[in-house]
Amino acid sequence: MEFLNDLKDQVSTAYELLAAGWGVQLLWGIGWTLAVTVVSMLIGAVLGSLVAAAKLSHRGGLRFIGESYTTVFRGEPELLIIYLFYYGGTQVLTSVARSSGSIGSTDILNMPSFLGGVLAVGIISGAYQAEVFRGSFLAIHRGELEAARAYGMSAWLRFRLVIMPQVLRLAVPGLGNVWQLTIKDSALISVTGVAELMLTANKAARSTHHSLLFYTVAGILYLVMTSISTPIFEKAERYTSRSFTRPK
Amino acid sequence: MDFDFYLSTIWSVLKALPLTLEIWFFGIAFGLIIATGLTWLRASGYKSGEYFTRAYVFVFRGSPLLVQLYLIYFGLSQFDFVRHSPILWPILRDPMYCTIVAMALNTAAYESEIFRGALRAVPVGQIEAAKAFGMSAFTRFRLVTLPIALRLALPAYSTEIILMTKATALASVVTIMEMMGTAQKIQHDTFRPIEVLTCAGVIYLLLNLSIARLFAWVEYRLSPHLRPPPEQSQQIKPVPEVL
Repeated sequence: MEFLNDLKDQVSTAYELLAAGWGVQLLWGIGWTLAVTVVSMLIGAVLGSLVAAAKLSHRGGLRFIGESYTTVFRGEPELLIIYLFYYGGTQVLTSVARSSGSIGSTDILNMPSFLGGVLAVGIISGAYQAEVFRGSFLAIHRGELEAARAYGMSAWLRFRLVIMPQVLRLAVPGLGNVWQLTIKDSALISVTGVAELMLTANKAARSTHHSLLFYTVAGILYLVMTSISTPIFEKAERYTSRSFTRPK
Repeated sequence: MDFDFYLSTIWSVLKALPLTLEIWFFGIAFGLIIATGLTWLRASGYKSGEYFTRAYVFVFRGSPLLVQLYLIYFGLSQFDFVRHSPILWPILRDPMYCTIVAMALNTAAYESEIFRGALRAVPVGQIEAAKAFGMSAFTRFRLVTLPIALRLALPAYSTEIILMTKATALASVVTIMEMMGTAQKIQHDTFRPIEVLTCAGVIYLLLNLSIARLFAWVEYRLSPHLRPPPEQSQQIKPVPEVL
């Protein structure tokens, strides 16, 4: 009974607090989370395709670099990478600015928290995307590449007309998984001070002393984000493979 | 290059390795127990069991572990009955136990899906054969379904274990001084984040690589019948032509 009374109190204060302005703050938090995720996915797509190309290369050195990249950035805790880019970036920026004399010898030039966070999450996302792209490339029929070569297509033309369209089609389900991972990794950026959903929930919880309420709301909002993206990626999958439907 | 600094950092971070491993081990162990329960519930055929596990997996896979950790550590203590409970309160006021609970609940969701997939992937023919032999349901499970399913689950399970190693670093945000927390402290004291985090990163990487190797070895040992036959040491001589 005590439990029910507690719950009733929580629900009645929930409405008041959300209406008092925290609701709007949380919506802004969602916006930032989505911005971080989208930018990180784009950084990851660029890095991921380069790393996938390196891993598939005939040159041993490039393959080694690609392998090391995916091993390191999938094997390290995400928090460590984020700290490395945020605090490490501050260390580098500060020493560069100090030696060039643009700031005093005791001043500190902080890494912009959005940039540091997005770079870190983007690089992690890139390691996962590299594996997705590599898998999709390997799923292309050898015969198609051979046929393209037999037609005398240049490497660029082969990439543009044969490889890329197919890799993109085959990569959609895998990219959906990476997107989900990246949304969840973006919550860790809160430690650097980007006002995304997690940090907003944190602030709200600390200043109102209603942590249960705000963390529950944050959790629900993350669930909404991850579950909305599932049908979107399914639709993208149907669209990109529309000419490959199996006969019924 | 300041080797003394690197060595002393690595040494201080290594001293926190037992704590990281403790969180890791208990998180995985309790997670495995919950995951087994969830898998059993899902496979039991009861509709309500299926709905419950679906909801559980949806919630714990769809939200970040950090939210779950904060919810358990900061959120649950809002309830008076939690604070006055002689069993719950000693667990939920300790950040260490909270991390373990959050990790166990989180990994159970992923693991139950892995186990479900593995159970479904057991070839029907094998089960039918076991039935044809007249095995009871329990014997069938013990001798046929379980060994095959465990072997099938192993690769995905090892990935999940590595994700758990990475997740132990989150304990540092709730004030636990495990490897990540120790590295953070040294970094704040010395303001040399790149060096300190690289040292911690090397340790985490070695830890994960050895876990991956260990699982690869277990997988190799468990599937002797799937390996290609060893090279014959003696080539069979062709029969000499007599005539």
